[in-house]
Amino acid sequence: MTHDMNIKLKVWRQENTQAPGRFEEHQVVANPDMSFLEMFDVLNEQLIEAGKDPIAFDHDCREGICGMCSMVINGRPHGPKRGITTCQLHMRSFKDGDTITVEPWRANAFPVIKDLSVNRNAFDRIIASGGFVSVNAGNAVDANAILIPKEIADEAFEAATCIGCGACVSACKNASAMLFVGAKVTQLSMLPQGQPERESRVVAMVNQMDAEGFGACTNTGACAAECPKQIPLSVIANLNKEYYKAKLNGK
Amino acid sequence: MKLDAKIPQGPLAEKWTNYRSSVPLVNPANKRNLEIIVVGTGLAGASAAATLAELGYKVKAFCFQDSPRRAHSIAAQGGINAAKNYQNDGDSTHRLFYDTIKGGDFRAREGNVYRLAEVSANIIDQCVAQGVPFAREYGGTLSNRSFGGTQVQRTFYAAGQTGQQLLLGAYSGLERQVGIGNVKMYSRHEMIELVVIDGKARGIIARDLVTGKLERHFGHAVLLCTGGYGNVFYLSTNAMGSNVTAAWKAHKKGAFFGNPCFTQIHPTCIPVSGHYQSKLTLMSESLRNDGRIWVPKKQGDNRHPNDIPEEERDYYLERRYPAFGNLVPRDIASRAAKERCDAGYGVGSSKMAVYLDFRYNMVNKYGRAEASKKGIENPSEDVLVALGREVVKEKYGNLFDMYKQITDEDPYEVPMRIYPAVHYTMGGLWVDYELQTTVPGLYALGEANFSDHGANRLGASALMQGLADGYFVIPYTIGNYLSKEIHTKAISTDHEAFVAAEKAASDRINQLMKIQGNKSVESYHRALGLIMWDKCGMARNEKGLNEAIQEIRALREDFYKNVRVPGKIEEFNPELDKAGRVADFLELGELMCLDALNRNESCGGHFREEYQTEEGEAMRDDDKYAYVAAWEFANDSWNMHKEELHFENIKVQQRSYK
Amino acid sequence: MKLLSFLFSSTIGRKLVMALTGVLLIAFLLVHCGINACIYFMDGGATFNAAAEFMSYTWYIRAMEIGLFIGLILHIVQGLYLTATNNTKRAQKYAVNGSNANSTWYSRSMGLLGTIILLFLVVHLKHFWVESRFAHSINEENTLFNVMTVVFQDPMVVVIYVLGCLSLAYHLLHGFQSAFQTLGINHKSYTPIIQSIGTCFSIAIPLIFASMPVTMYLGLIH
Repeated sequence: MTHDMNIKLKVWRQENTQAPGRFEEHQVVANPDMSFLEMFDVLNEQLIEAGKDPIAFDHDCREGICGMCSMVINGRPHGPKRGITTCQLHMRSFKDGDTITVEPWRANAFPVIKDLSVNRNAFDRIIASGGFVSVNAGNAVDANAILIPKEIADEAFEAATCIGCGACVSACKNASAMLFVGAKVTQLSMLPQGQPERESRVVAMVNQMDAEGFGACTNTGACAAECPKQIPLSVIANLNKEYYKAKLNGK
Repeated sequence: MKLDAKIPQGPLAEKWTNYRSSVPLVNPANKRNLEIIVVGTGLAGASAAATLAELGYKVKAFCFQDSPRRAHSIAAQGGINAAKNYQNDGDSTHRLFYDTIKGGDFRAREGNVYRLAEVSANIIDQCVAQGVPFAREYGGTLSNRSFGGTQVQRTFYAAGQTGQQLLLGAYSGLERQVGIGNVKMYSRHEMIELVVIDGKARGIIARDLVTGKLERHFGHAVLLCTGGYGNVFYLSTNAMGSNVTAAWKAHKKGAFFGNPCFTQIHPTCIPVSGHYQSKLTLMSESLRNDGRIWVPKKQGDNRHPNDIPEEERDYYLERRYPAFGNLVPRDIASRAAKERCDAGYGVGSSKMAVYLDFRYNMVNKYGRAEASKKGIENPSEDVLVALGREVVKEKYGNLFDMYKQITDEDPYEVPMRIYPAVHYTMGGLWVDYELQTTVPGLYALGEANFSDHGANRLGASALMQGLADGYFVIPYTIGNYLSKEIHTKAISTDHEAFVAAEKAASDRINQLMKIQGNKSVESYHRALGLIMWDKCGMARNEKGLNEAIQEIRALREDFYKNVRVPGKIEEFNPELDKAGRVADFLELGELMCLDALNRNESCGGHFREEYQTEEGEAMRDDDKYAYVAAWEFANDSWNMHKEELHFENIKVQQRSYK
Repeated sequence: MKLLSFLFSSTIGRKLVMALTGVLLIAFLLVHCGINACIYFMDGGATFNAAAEFMSYTWYIRAMEIGLFIGLILHIVQGLYLTATNNTKRAQKYAVNGSNANSTWYSRSMGLLGTIILLFLVVHLKHFWVESRFAHSINEENTLFNVMTVVFQDPMVVVIYVLGCLSLAYHLLHGFQSAFQTLGINHKSYTPIIQSIGTCFSIAIPLIFASMPVTMYLGLIH
């Protein structure tokens, strides 16, 4: 049998994008087998029953793949463990009596909507600017007509596993989105299908990234260290390379 | 009303070709003046929105998540079926069609399923062209694996993240159209009412979940791609936000609901660990290839699993189904686990779990093979475990890690504890061959419709159906409707039908906010889930279903008296969003029980305890129930309409896995 | 010129300027360090003075010096610009910062370290470069070596130089491998080699530099 834990939470509360925020303290009794988000469920139920406003936070699949959950826990996106999202973090990673500070992703490009929820539409706009292969349904050739070496396919897949959660931005001291953009550019630049738009894609995506107000990369590596899907830093080097090539070709 | 499935005439294999060649077209200039609303951006919604925009229609797409990329299609692990026959192992369109009909326990429509099998190959082509990184062989060709219920290797996959890669492919196509301006994207928007004018679907009322404001949107046609309703059970493998609301509003505006009681319970999920549990996590079906399922032979045996000797273990699937053993289809494996636990043989602290044990194959299958490869004579058990462990790690490493992350137990050392969980709903809005519901101009795609999986879906077929509907079916079939709408000018959203629909939606929200009782929305959802799981879950009976209907009605009444929705209407208020969804589940639950009560037979995922063989197997009644039950909403009650199923190309038989 | 405008308009372009000028400065450090280390020949600075003379009076070296200064100024201007703009990208800072768990403090402090180096550089240029290039106070009698021995008699100067070198070491520890990453060079087989070379360089060069004022102050050089 597992023992209950007393946890003190310091949670960021912010009514809306414009309102100033503040920290609010709450006491929760948690079970070590609970996920971090389930602890928030319990807390919210307490708040509702006490007639108070529950804490807004984003979450959906709760199995680490949708990329919706987004909490900075004690200063680290998705909490203290590497390679997982907040929904996969369990209370057994903490100790009875711990004080835990929870903040939203903080970046100008990700404005707070309420409490711990932020707006990540900037990521969608970056993809809309070029993160695709322009092929209409019905135009495709037989799938095996395009042969792709296993190593290339595996490496492209590794980059393609990005869940678009934004932990990279939230971890970066410059709120840079290079890991996110690098992952998509790398995936598509490696594959034969991505070649026709290879140069225009990278330029368009970088322009959009800059326009959205993300910072410049200073290679601290925080993004890759905090990425729940462990996208490697090499995708950023690759993004740089792709961008120079395109630029020097006059794109 | 007579239900017409509009299946084209002619031989099965030519129906779709003939249909496509004769369906009326809309010329490009007219397409630009036709507006289509797509609700939901999973595989079906994203692919439909992108494809329709490519064709030139003006599309508005809606999703309740913060981005279309979050839709729950993303969580599908295993793969996507396609009759490519790349493995040269005898696959064909007809074989995929046959497997799907049989897997669905002969409760699906031949015409639709054949078309699904037909376009399955095009899906793989399209996804590869988009840059979806499927697994490949060293020679550069695509790799396949096998899945339950089939004898060929036709499942394409991208590690354990096939759904993610396919969705990101469809999402990129959608975002491309958003970038060009052909699709207007509304994220964090939820459809809460359908607008019907002169009997045709003409738009929706959506709530902006950030501001809480209601919006009116016109469309010449409305597509619902809103997924399944498994969350009616509270605990399921669905995402927290997955809901029935859009489909339910459409149902209440005239769209019939098909086979609502057909739910798929997946046998291998991580069991519930406490009352705070919010969601259940699936462990891929592929684990049953190497894991053996057992419980102790003694009731209430509290020993550690590793201390229970071999002769005191009951490998009940191998015992009951010697031919298929641990690889019986999902519905059968799930029921067998429930039977053991109900009889008092369950394991773990809750006693509602069975073991999935890899040790035998780790030692005997992989350990010995590795030892002989390495030329180790007479290896000790420890050596075999160590060798086998490496192989198992390579095959299932990420799943084992996920299991350990959640349960804090190491499945390499201790058998996994698993229990069935709600996973997918075969039922959904009734649609004809064109995917049109009983409301003209209203379509349902993907899991939101009822059409292709009968009473049980085979693994790796959900992704196939979602993309088939979006990429290759709706772009043709919608033309048949829209070609007659080219003279319809965009209707002003000041039209009285829009005003009335918005008022109805707004009244419902006000009603919920006014109650200000003392119980959370979550507590009602949990209570509903318990009723559904106990009485309309893996095994159902007449008495239980009748009780469930009464209990749900009472719960619903209590909900409207004592629920507490905090916050304000016009703000970001996730509790209010949830309240609306739970209110709809409270109605749907009743219909599901009603449907289960009506169907006096056992088939696929629907198991009525009164209708089983002496060995406890499902007993179908093809004479009386070879039909789709399509339910029409009629002011707080329902009328049932039958669509008889005709099997002309396939021999209906009893499934046996003994 | 339009082709190269991205060097001053996009984040990646600006970073490219940082990397290219950084590599130039790394090359300069190597030369500078090599020449200065001539004091360790213990020949009263004869070799060192000869090398310094060569560097001062050879026309193409002077031409390269102009290039070096342009690079240095670009590095400073772009660096300050990037630091300043990057600092604005998160208006609301975190209350709790866990960045030590995901990155090194010096990789996050390049602007600060660079600024310290810049301040040190002002002092350093005043001591030697201004003297030799503009004041013309250095001649046969008063060699650069002599100037060094005099300057490094002041313990405060020695402390400033050691601190400057320390900042340089940390700046290089991140900057060396970061330059290659920015240039798009990251490969699982040769990136570890670059990183090892970078670490050695970042420790060795500043250490050699720092040893000079210290040993001179202690009177170990003659």
